[in-house]
Amino acid sequence: MLEIKGLTINYGGIEAVKDISFTVPEGEIVTLVGANGAGKSSTLRGIIGLVKAKSGSITFDDKELMGESTDEIVKNGITLVPEGRHVFPDQTVLENLKIGAYLRKGNLDEDIENVYKIFPRLKERSWQAAGTLSGGEQQMLAVGRALMANPKLIMMDEPSLGLAPIIVNEIFEIIKRVNEQGTTVLLVEQNANMALHIADKAYVIENGRITIEGTGKELLMDERVKKAYLGTTAE
Amino acid sequence: MRVKNKRNMILSIAAVLLCIVYLFILQMDSVGHSYAITIIERSCIYAVAAVSMNLIIGFTGQFSLGTAGFMCIGAYITGILTIPVEMRDQIFYLYGMADWLHDIKLPLLGALLLSGIVCAIAAALIGWPVLRLKSDYLAIATLGFSEIIRAIFGWDGLGRITNASYGVSNIPQFANIFECVAISIVCISIMVLLVNSSYGRAFKAIRDDDVAAEAMGINLFRTKQLSFVVSSAFAGVAGGLLAVYMRSAVTSTFTVALTYNILLMVVLGGIGSISGSILGAFIVTGSQEWLRFLDKEYTWSQVIPGLGMDGFGGFKVPLLRNGFRMVVFSILLMLVVLFWNHGITGSKEITWDRLINGIKKITSRKKKTVSEAE
Repeated sequence: MLEIKGLTINYGGIEAVKDISFTVPEGEIVTLVGANGAGKSSTLRGIIGLVKAKSGSITFDDKELMGESTDEIVKNGITLVPEGRHVFPDQTVLENLKIGAYLRKGNLDEDIENVYKIFPRLKERSWQAAGTLSGGEQQMLAVGRALMANPKLIMMDEPSLGLAPIIVNEIFEIIKRVNEQGTTVLLVEQNANMALHIADKAYVIENGRITIEGTGKELLMDERVKKAYLGTTAE
Repeated sequence: MRVKNKRNMILSIAAVLLCIVYLFILQMDSVGHSYAITIIERSCIYAVAAVSMNLIIGFTGQFSLGTAGFMCIGAYITGILTIPVEMRDQIFYLYGMADWLHDIKLPLLGALLLSGIVCAIAAALIGWPVLRLKSDYLAIATLGFSEIIRAIFGWDGLGRITNASYGVSNIPQFANIFECVAISIVCISIMVLLVNSSYGRAFKAIRDDDVAAEAMGINLFRTKQLSFVVSSAFAGVAGGLLAVYMRSAVTSTFTVALTYNILLMVVLGGIGSISGSILGAFIVTGSQEWLRFLDKEYTWSQVIPGLGMDGFGGFKVPLLRNGFRMVVFSILLMLVVLFWNHGITGSKEITWDRLINGIKKITSRKKKTVSEAE
């Protein structure tokens, strides 16, 4: 569905992403794991056009998206849940959701109901300003907002960042549910353990390069991954 | 909920009727009430300008200070095109009006519409380079633009069109108070519709978090451009109305001070609130008039009888004097900004529910203090 070939991104003079290639097959959960500053977020920002990539190709459903503007890319069916949630704090939950569907015309009621079905807690807080929500609820809102665009591919940047462990579990359950409803997921995570458990396919990024790839289970068993990202618990 | 809606509807209709009746009373004796009429007309015109400024500053979060420049364009276009043809030679006696322009006369509405369109085009052209700037830089660039416009309209070389530094005068005034009020209401209503549409949501999204807005697929530049163009167009219309109200258009009216005056109404009323801007326009315009008694010259002995002195030695030191109004006005403003820094309404709109709740709160507080005293 999404095919990245030789993607290189320069970020303020440094090469943040160096010649990366990977694929995201339709209907799967694909995850990019890696340490801080490895280039995971830059990759996502490059795909959605927030950062201009230097070279490479980004093909989505056989369409070249390299060099397109962000709104064009979103129209093609890719959305990004940005790192740090970035909800609109002064607007209500409902208004936030409506902005998610900005590029779509027509009746939104059904889609809003659908998001509320996945996140019942958002329905309770429909009229509350998004800034007053807890961190976990804001993350749910950010995911719900991205879903309002009816994306084929949803990209999530560190959805577990700064959340309590019990909330993290809930967020990952939601990611699985979103995927089961037919949306392909590209997930970037530092919480490698959780991410690898739900991923169909996983890539490890180090210093802007993909160093290890395989299915989620394979990477969970991989000695190098265990050592660097999962902690060396000898099994 | 439904009962409340019905109540609000009745209250709104009653308020509108009351306003119309009041305007009718004023209009019946327009000579006797000319002072009240000028204040209302001026407030309405400034309300249009304030709402248009709020659209770009308050709703889109782009600190643009070009309002006076666009008002200047609007004022000149409306002015030049509505002066009666037979008076034009007299007004342009020095330069002589350009032949192609001499016989073109438009009705007021047509001239205002054209003002809006020209300002929109000008805004689109300036917005192209300028809207890529952020906050302070945008403010400086638009401020510069506004001064350039003023210089162009006052330039000798354009004397055959703009009458250069003499400005255009003898612009026919409003037929009645309703004309001015109605045009203002229509302008503000259009902006309200825009703010409540999906474009309005996009404006607020850019204001609150431009990164997230862009990730949602909102084209930052195009959306800012839309807000800037619409805002400038209505600033142009407000400028046109101002020219008709003052019966003249002179570049010295459209200095940076005018922009600040309108910014003041926006900030005082509440950034991001349309009803706040309207309220701000009425309060600022009104209080500048009501405080006029401070401009009268009082001497000490007039206030404190029997003091027996009006100064020291040969110098007369008056208690109040011309210009004191602005001192008091400025102090009042500072107090408002210090203690009420979100403006009168904050970023929320005034609704009947809020008004009634506010009144209830005040009355219940009074009751409490009374019962405590007992």
